[in-house]
Amino acid sequence: MPLFNLPGVFLPHKKGTAKIAPVAIPTPQSVLIPLSMHIGAPATPVVKTGDLVTVGQVIAEAGGFVSAKIHSSVSGKVKNTDTTILSNGRKVSAILIESDGLDTLCETLAPREVNNLEELVQAVKDSGIVGLGGAGFPTAVKLNVKSVEDIVINGAECEPYITSDTRTMIDRGDDIRYGIEILNKCLKPQRIIFGIEKNKPECIENITNLTSDIENVSVAPLKAMYPQGGEKVLVYHTTGKTIMEGKLPIDAGVIVINCTTLAEIASFIRTGMPLVKKCITIDGGAVAEPKNVIAPIGTRITDLIAFAGGTKSAPKKVILGGPMMGWSVESMEMPVMKNTNAVLFFNEQEATVPEPTACIKCGNCVNACPFGLDPKAFVQALRAGDDEALVKLKANICMECGCCSFACPAKRQLVHTNKIAKAKVMKILKERQEAKK
Amino acid sequence: MNNLLTVSPSPHIRSPRTTSSIMATVLLALFPAALLSVVLFGFKAFLILLVSNLACGLLEYGWCRLTKIKNTVPDLSCFVTGTLLALTLPANFGEWKNLWTIVVGAFIAIIIVKEFFGGIGYNFANPAITARIAMLVCFPDLMTATVHTNLTNPELASGATPLGDIAAGKAELLPDWVQMFFGNHAGAIGEVSAFALLVGGIILIASKVITWHIPVSFIATVGLFTLMTGTYPEYQIIAGGLMIGAFFMATDYVTSPDTALGKVVFGIGCGLITALIRVYGGYPEGVSFAILLMNILNPYIIKLTRKKAFGGIKI
Ligand code: SF4
Ligand code: SF4
Repeated sequence: MPLFNLPGVFLPHKKGTAKIAPVAIPTPQSVLIPLSMHIGAPATPVVKTGDLVTVGQVIAEAGGFVSAKIHSSVSGKVKNTDTTILSNGRKVSAILIESDGLDTLCETLAPREVNNLEELVQAVKDSGIVGLGGAGFPTAVKLNVKSVEDIVINGAECEPYITSDTRTMIDRGDDIRYGIEILNKCLKPQRIIFGIEKNKPECIENITNLTSDIENVSVAPLKAMYPQGGEKVLVYHTTGKTIMEGKLPIDAGVIVINCTTLAEIASFIRTGMPLVKKCITIDGGAVAEPKNVIAPIGTRITDLIAFAGGTKSAPKKVILGGPMMGWSVESMEMPVMKNTNAVLFFNEQEATVPEPTACIKCGNCVNACPFGLDPKAFVQALRAGDDEALVKLKANICMECGCCSFACPAKRQLVHTNKIAKAKVMKILKERQEAKK
Repeated sequence: MNNLLTVSPSPHIRSPRTTSSIMATVLLALFPAALLSVVLFGFKAFLILLVSNLACGLLEYGWCRLTKIKNTVPDLSCFVTGTLLALTLPANFGEWKNLWTIVVGAFIAIIIVKEFFGGIGYNFANPAITARIAMLVCFPDLMTATVHTNLTNPELASGATPLGDIAAGKAELLPDWVQMFFGNHAGAIGEVSAFALLVGGIILIASKVITWHIPVSFIATVGLFTLMTGTYPEYQIIAGGLMIGAFFMATDYVTSPDTALGKVVFGIGCGLITALIRVYGGYPEGVSFAILLMNILNPYIIKLTRKKAFGGIKI
């Protein structure tokens, strides 16, 4: 572990749902499954309107090398294969399936034999699993490496409210244990480090007991500080390795897997059931009964909230994901996706966006940034149109974690300006690289 | 109900700290010094504080109305400037015939140094300090007058401030250290009590409005330098504008660096210039000049002490 921790911010935890075991919601009347629930090319539909489908049946194939398969989460009839929805500002197509209420399982589902890396990668490809911690990077691509020194399992769950990973670590010990064994067998890492924030002692204890007889596995209790679960932050705090600008963890010999992703991989190998359901935390001031639910992928937000006792007050903001990095949706018709780990319903007071005032140059943003960036200087450079300054300020490194905006007393939308600055620098760097060739 | 959902950039939660809550904390931290100034110098001190704050508030409000921008008085920063300016003036400013000069100071601080440069966050130097220096030029007699506290026995008191005594080589006239620490000696109304300012400084650090870096490096540098030159370090660090300067003025966000390293460099710079002026210069007090000079150097310090981006490659 490193000598010094990276900076960050202390957030209210609000993990009131941690103690409640998740409950499965009744199958909704219809599900809306987006074709792009991952980083990379959208999947290509292989069913057409009117087709009958079963739970676990492939409905869309990976649309490229970096992409992922998609399976039906209900049994029933395909109503439409190109419903357009607005997903975080992008238009994506989605498949609308009307459930027959029977949840008939796909006949071809069967446990997998996995003895080597090739079989593991194939299995993960077939399972449609993507990074469930949030980013949604196709896991099969991540695992397909020649060699790896360290595997870091992400159980940090540093965002407030969310407890779905906590529940995985408490309820799915068998899957996690099996997953770790598979990783050891297929990837032969020197170390497997399980990073968990100290505000989850139950998880730390459970995982420690579970893995005490596996020699290369250790549990790293981490300070409960956001963004402990950010990939570069987690790798640095668990292994001491720095992932350089523009590089992937594997360039430092590391693979990072979210704990729920790992459990899903194990469950697919053991049962053959692909990723069609997700444990999702439902919380926020407008929710009558905050809880964790297990919902079919494609369930609409309206169907979810009905199951959490409805609303106490009219939700004024609905967030897919955590309050720091999640995105606020335009409509409650939005479906939950593979990488959705929480849906938050904010009441009027929580939803009020504070009015930004003038920057007082307090430096809180600078000192909150885990990567030592200077978001207020991005703003100055953007205003001055000074692209060279932006490149020097390394706006491209920003992970959009939101610590700077959180800490800003003037309530400035720094993440928003960071994104603009980041896109500019990325473009310039790309042009320079091409010019070099 | 769908079209009523708020859509906004992440993050969706914010820290409870706001610009006005920061300024309110600074005002709270200045309260002990302000209170003691009234105890020590009486009604005159109260008048100075009142006029300075009123003038700063009204000028800022007037400016906002005139330029048709949002009223920025509620962020309370004009009252921080007003209180700081008041505390750095000797009690003779509180005489009726002199009150108008405070308004001149407030005008320089709020209108010229702050608003002309774009308002809060854009001033190149600390408004209160710049106004103080300007007043030293405009009203030298008033500013350099030696005004004793109401508690001082006039027969025993020397004719100068403690720093004046040291500069004049009359160290035997220095008051008792403990009396002086609590504020019973000649000087500006809010600068005399190192004790009250220290309490305020601790409030600022404990509430994380400022960090220890600037005040500690500033005061330590003055202490060390005067120790090495044998110029009464124990008096130097509690006398004149050092405490108020180190805790409340050098730490002004806009005009000081934001990284820990930058702050230490800034503090040492302030300390060195202060000590050089006090020990070798012709003027007993050096804090304002030191801070103003370092304010001007601040952009360069920021550039040189920028944090290295995590995992960033050199270009
Ligand atoms: S935190 Fe906000 S007010 Fe402070 S320097 Fe950064 S942008 Fe400016
Ligand atoms: S959003 Fe970017 S600039 Fe802001 S704290 Fe996170 S990494 Fe730093």
